[in-house]
Amino acid sequence: MDFEPKIVAFVCNWCTYAGADLTGTSRIKYAPNVKMIRFPCTGRIDFMLLMKAFANGADGMIVSGCHPNDCHYTSGNFHARRRWTVFRSLLEFMGVDTERIAFTWVSAAEGAKWADVVNSTVEKVRALGPCEAYKNADYE
Amino acid sequence: MSKLQDTARSLLDAGEVKVAIGYGEGSVGRVRPLFVTDAAGAQGLIYDGRCTQNLAVYTYKKETAAMGKPAVTAGVATMRALMRLVAERQLREGDFIALAVVGDEVTVCRTLSEMENWLAAAAPKPREADMEMIARIEAMTPAERWAFWRGEMDRCFRCYACRQACPLCYCTQCTVEVNQPQWIPVGATVQGNLEWHAMRAMHLAGRCIECGQCGDACPVDIPIHLLTVKLAADVRNVYGAATGMARDETCAMSIFKPDDRENFIG
Ligand code: SF4
Ligand code: SF4
Repeated sequence: MDFEPKIVAFVCNWCTYAGADLTGTSRIKYAPNVKMIRFPCTGRIDFMLLMKAFANGADGMIVSGCHPNDCHYTSGNFHARRRWTVFRSLLEFMGVDTERIAFTWVSAAEGAKWADVVNSTVEKVRALGPCEAYKNADYE
Repeated sequence: MSKLQDTARSLLDAGEVKVAIGYGEGSVGRVRPLFVTDAAGAQGLIYDGRCTQNLAVYTYKKETAAMGKPAVTAGVATMRALMRLVAERQLREGDFIALAVVGDEVTVCRTLSEMENWLAAAAPKPREADMEMIARIEAMTPAERWAFWRGEMDRCFRCYACRQACPLCYCTQCTVEVNQPQWIPVGATVQGNLEWHAMRAMHLAGRCIECGQCGDACPVDIPIHLLTVKLAADVRNVYGAATGMARDETCAMSIFKPDDRENFIG
């Protein structure tokens, strides 16, 4: 059977979630592989959630929120950006594939960009294949 | 009597401190933490190359904090830890006296300014062996890195000695022990261990003072400090933030600049 990547998207309520809504109301079609989880703010997207998604079988992830200076709470995305930077470095140092995590800013007006982000992430992860190493870390 | 012993003795004698926290001879050629409460006991204090344990941990642990105001034997790493604890509002000026040691020299630091001056002159650097090991791991392929850390995680049996040895792991309830929700499984499984150590590394980013004591404390020799020390180097390189050098420093993870680097965000 063909491999269908399972993608989890962690998005903020105010920009990316609204942007994805716009994708729908604009009737733009995109890959159905993504499960969206809505957060109040990118600042709430804890790194532990990303690790849990890998552990529970996600093949790839999208982490997205408001563009810099557009945060509903002024600075949540600025704080998140620093944490993502450090977290990516930690994952790379531990040999976890950060290619599987797409970090983006998608505003409430960027419905078309959201479709692009999902489609390109799905294709990238499809090419990488299933994410087995982390999920099966206990059984290798 | 060494200068260290002499200094501790007179501080205890004068009643300026209630306890001198330092290093003493242990068994099989090892050193152990020593808590001296009377002037006569000061002769047991030593300081040599074996004395690497970070004694700043004892300034706030309940049992030892109850002993009263301490004078702490502090090499450069312990000095940084004390200063970082001040910056994080865990210690205040006057809560302790630092006996800053280099070889046989002792500088008595009663004030934060004295500590800051001493630290600035000491110009601390991460341990060379650690930086070499980090460079070696960075030079591996991702698959090799994964295999390396997976193997290390396989040996961790969750004794939490790493956490107990760390001067900056002072939370009274650690996320690893939270069970509603249970973030990290209790048992020592590879995946749970990975989560535990990634979590610890993230919680120390911007705070770790690179003493390496978490790794040195590990009974099965997992070089776990490489995770936190690596992130400490990143934070310094990317955000230019030092840790454990000044009383008013912030945590690089709790501040930001609008133009912070974001070359990985699409
Ligand atoms: S090296 Fe380890 S023990 Fe020392 S401050 Fe960093 S995390 Fe804590
Ligand atoms: S000290 Fe070693 S074995 Fe114990 S929890 Fe830390 S890494 Fe695991």
